[in-house]
Amino acid sequence: MLRREGDIRIPSGCAIAAIMNRKGERFNGQQILASIAAMHQRSNGLGGGFAAYGIYPEYRDYFALHIFYDDDGARQICERYLQHHFRIKHQEPVPVRQSRRIAGAPLIWRYFARPREDKFYREHIGEEEFVARVVMTINADLRGAFVASSGKNMAAFKGVGYPEDIGEYYRIEEYQAYIWTAHGRFPTNTPGWWGGAHPFTLLDWSVVHNGEISSYSTNRRFLEMYGYKISLQTDTEVIAYAFDFLMRRQGLCLNDVVDVVASPFWSQLEEEKQARLRRKYSGLLLNGPFSIIVATNNGLVALNDRIKLRPLVAALQDEFLYVASEEAAIRVVAQRLDRVWSPGGGEPIVGLLHDKKGLLDVAPSAIQAAQSA
Amino acid sequence: MKIQSNSEYCLGCGLCRIYCAAAHDGYNGSVIRAFKKGTPQARAGLIEHQQQSWINTCRHCQDAPCINACITGALQKNNEGIVFIDGQRCVGCLTCVMVCPFGHIQPSLDFSRAVKCDLCRDLAEAPVCVSHCPNGALRLIEEV
Amino acid sequence: MSLSMLTPAFTVERNQDRCIGCGVCVKQCGNSVHHKDEDGFMWVIDKNCVGCHRCAVLCPTQALAIKEFPAALRPNSYWSTSSLREIYAQAETGGVLLTGMGNPRPFRSYFDHLLLNASQVTNPSIDPLREPMELGTYLGSQVSSLGEREKPLLKLDMPIMFSAMSYGAVSLNVQKSLARAAREKGTFWNTGEGGLHSDLQEYAASTIVQVASGRFGVNPDYLNQAAAVEIKIGQGAKPGIGGHLPGEKVSADVARTRMIPAWSDAISPAPHHDVYSIEDLAQLIETLKVATNFEKPISVKVAAVHNISAIASGMVRAGADIVAIDGFRGATGAAPMRIRDNIGIPIEIAIAQVDQRMRDEGIRDQASLVAAGGIRNSADVVKILALGADAVYIGTAALIALGCHLCHTCFTGRCNWGIATTEAQLSKRLNPELGAVRAANLLQAWEHEIKEMMGGMGINAVDSLRGNRLMLKGIGLEQHELDLLGITAAGY
Repeated sequence: MLRREGDIRIPSGCAIAAIMNRKGERFNGQQILASIAAMHQRSNGLGGGFAAYGIYPEYRDYFALHIFYDDDGARQICERYLQHHFRIKHQEPVPVRQSRRIAGAPLIWRYFARPREDKFYREHIGEEEFVARVVMTINADLRGAFVASSGKNMAAFKGVGYPEDIGEYYRIEEYQAYIWTAHGRFPTNTPGWWGGAHPFTLLDWSVVHNGEISSYSTNRRFLEMYGYKISLQTDTEVIAYAFDFLMRRQGLCLNDVVDVVASPFWSQLEEEKQARLRRKYSGLLLNGPFSIIVATNNGLVALNDRIKLRPLVAALQDEFLYVASEEAAIRVVAQRLDRVWSPGGGEPIVGLLHDKKGLLDVAPSAIQAAQSA
Repeated sequence: MKIQSNSEYCLGCGLCRIYCAAAHDGYNGSVIRAFKKGTPQARAGLIEHQQQSWINTCRHCQDAPCINACITGALQKNNEGIVFIDGQRCVGCLTCVMVCPFGHIQPSLDFSRAVKCDLCRDLAEAPVCVSHCPNGALRLIEEV
Repeated sequence: MSLSMLTPAFTVERNQDRCIGCGVCVKQCGNSVHHKDEDGFMWVIDKNCVGCHRCAVLCPTQALAIKEFPAALRPNSYWSTSSLREIYAQAETGGVLLTGMGNPRPFRSYFDHLLLNASQVTNPSIDPLREPMELGTYLGSQVSSLGEREKPLLKLDMPIMFSAMSYGAVSLNVQKSLARAAREKGTFWNTGEGGLHSDLQEYAASTIVQVASGRFGVNPDYLNQAAAVEIKIGQGAKPGIGGHLPGEKVSADVARTRMIPAWSDAISPAPHHDVYSIEDLAQLIETLKVATNFEKPISVKVAAVHNISAIASGMVRAGADIVAIDGFRGATGAAPMRIRDNIGIPIEIAIAQVDQRMRDEGIRDQASLVAAGGIRNSADVVKILALGADAVYIGTAALIALGCHLCHTCFTGRCNWGIATTEAQLSKRLNPELGAVRAANLLQAWEHEIKEMMGGMGINAVDSLRGNRLMLKGIGLEQHELDLLGITAAGY
């Protein structure tokens, strides 16, 4: 019997793409759909997905939980669990468009919710940490339920199929977002499980990823030490947690995070701080080929491994930032570009909304820790 | 050039002399042939004194008394500074044996000629005593 | 007692067609096996032979072959020849059986049941000749936040160090060889418990000094000039046993280095008499940190015993910056055979368990983990790092590089290779200039091989190999063994 994603590790090759409006003006999902569809050959119909930021302005203060259920029984169990931990403002099935090319879809629901204060105050943790723990518990322990996304004013739309078919299924052209990321997957195996598709998310983080991280087990075991429950056995999950750990929990700025996950070689370190970061977080060096796009509500960062073993191209046109595995995927949606370039290994492409200084609006305590460092 | 012997690491095993003998007089390095079938003669001597030992071999003097004393011009110095005996010219007068201040030059076993260290100048590699010393006690050094 | 019932362990066969009677064997054998009469007649006393192969290696005509003495006792798979020999020996002497080097018994080697991964198609392998490949690593404790001052760390250019071997147990030339090689290759050697000889002070920056139960040679200068200080609680070859350097090995030079009277027995008690419990260890660690002005990482070395994960966890909580664990294959200059052969656990399992335990407790960053005891080659290094170690100590492999032939008779002090001896005529047999080159060559060769293996895995920094258990698969192991190692079976 084929084992499901999470029971076994499945390497994949992929296509990734992102489009962002740096002014925060929203646009619908047609462009990103065209962009990722142009890289059809980079995926094999076994996974595709999109992350969209700014799509739920009416619920901007609520955590938007998108959850996959294997069956109605799993939904009932999970909803009891949710009721216990959250005040749910609104819940509904995610609207989909039935398609011949999409099969085996789970039940997909979304919940706009806030954590019950008494729960997280009792544990002396912030509400984001609380939500992260709930999400990891559902994914690890509640059989038949999987949280596809859990951030505010954002969602991940993903499943098994070619990305253009997944986009059509989720009707993404009906959503307005200022950041869209997309993923087409080429797994080497046929798990056929919707939870395993990209983007992988935690809170506001979403990660689309092309590559295989050969340091996976090292990174995973490092993160497990800090309480992360790794349930999917995918590199992408580990990358999302690594960013969450470094930025949200350790309070590092984006440049420092890049110096950790794609650290320069010892011989090429320019300042003592980089060496210090590498020594302290050597377990989070991402080794092996990858190109990733990590997004939050504030913006996105696209990054290659430090010796650039995966393709990654970026382009600018007015307020728009485009990132993709192939230049063709950018040209297909924007013929006139101000600048097109291919970043070097370990050299991040950062896209921030105009009024933002970092990918996260970190909590005051984390900022203090970072400043004293 | 000459062989320098470091008594701190010389074990007195005598392998230098064995390989030396086999490298000369036409044995082509075959220790077994030299010692089982032939009349091997090492060019260097091994001196042992109070648990110390060292090799006594030619200094390849800059102004070599043996060359000056040689009556037939058999003793020569080549352009690398190696003092050697031209076997075709040596008549076995042994004047060199008498004048060598270090007692290095010896008569051949049949007293027909003199023999001495030639730093294995016919071999491409280092002198065999150096390359076969088990403890790195022998070194070929440039200075005289 | 008149007749010994012990037949020789080895027999020396001399091929007369080859022997030229040069007598090199006679001069080289420190055990009086070879003899040459005035008339040139050569003969041997087989029973003196320990199988060290010094004569065979130096014989210019390869006329000597050392073979196991054909003691064709009636086959008995329970009472082996060696069990009988051990009883004969004890019946003659009434003494504890002594031995040297590591446990030779046929226990399962987990290294030999681990297979490494390599990249195919889904990610590219990396060619270390074309791309950078980083083996550098730091040992020590990482503070919990970047806001705190960093603790002292040990910078290694490669994750391989030389194990503790004291002057007295080994010759000074061994230490000189290893110290030079360590300095050249950017790693460290370890004094063992015998102090730091004045000739070796120039290598202090590449030196880890040991503080053991005998406190030999320990003084403020000794501690402060070193790169790190290691408290030796135990060693893999003889957990729970102290040391005894007999007076005849305590030459004036050894005595000066150890700060004890010459020709007196140097006894290391079994425990540290100021460490009877974990809180005492914490005090000793703190004492050494104060004595070194908090500028040196403090390592604590223990033997891998049954409850090693709890012990290691306690050591980290007691303030150890480096936890060095010596597996049951670890070697020694002298140990009771029954102790060496029956105590301790394999280093592979110890490291797997300790690494996981430290992670479970969230303290893995607070100390580095060094694996010792039976690391035979570069693949063993890669495997133990993937199981969770930060670096390894090699002792036996280093001595073999210097000429050791594992004859297991170090305790006699008559090492023909000039290694496990302090006798001047024997120790001069190891020229440290050659020894340093050989030891450095070994490190260099392993370095190349490790880079090749890492490149194959698609990893270009040793940071990403550490604890990367997905790179390991077990073969021929039971499920409980796989679980202990934290890996899955080949093909799974």
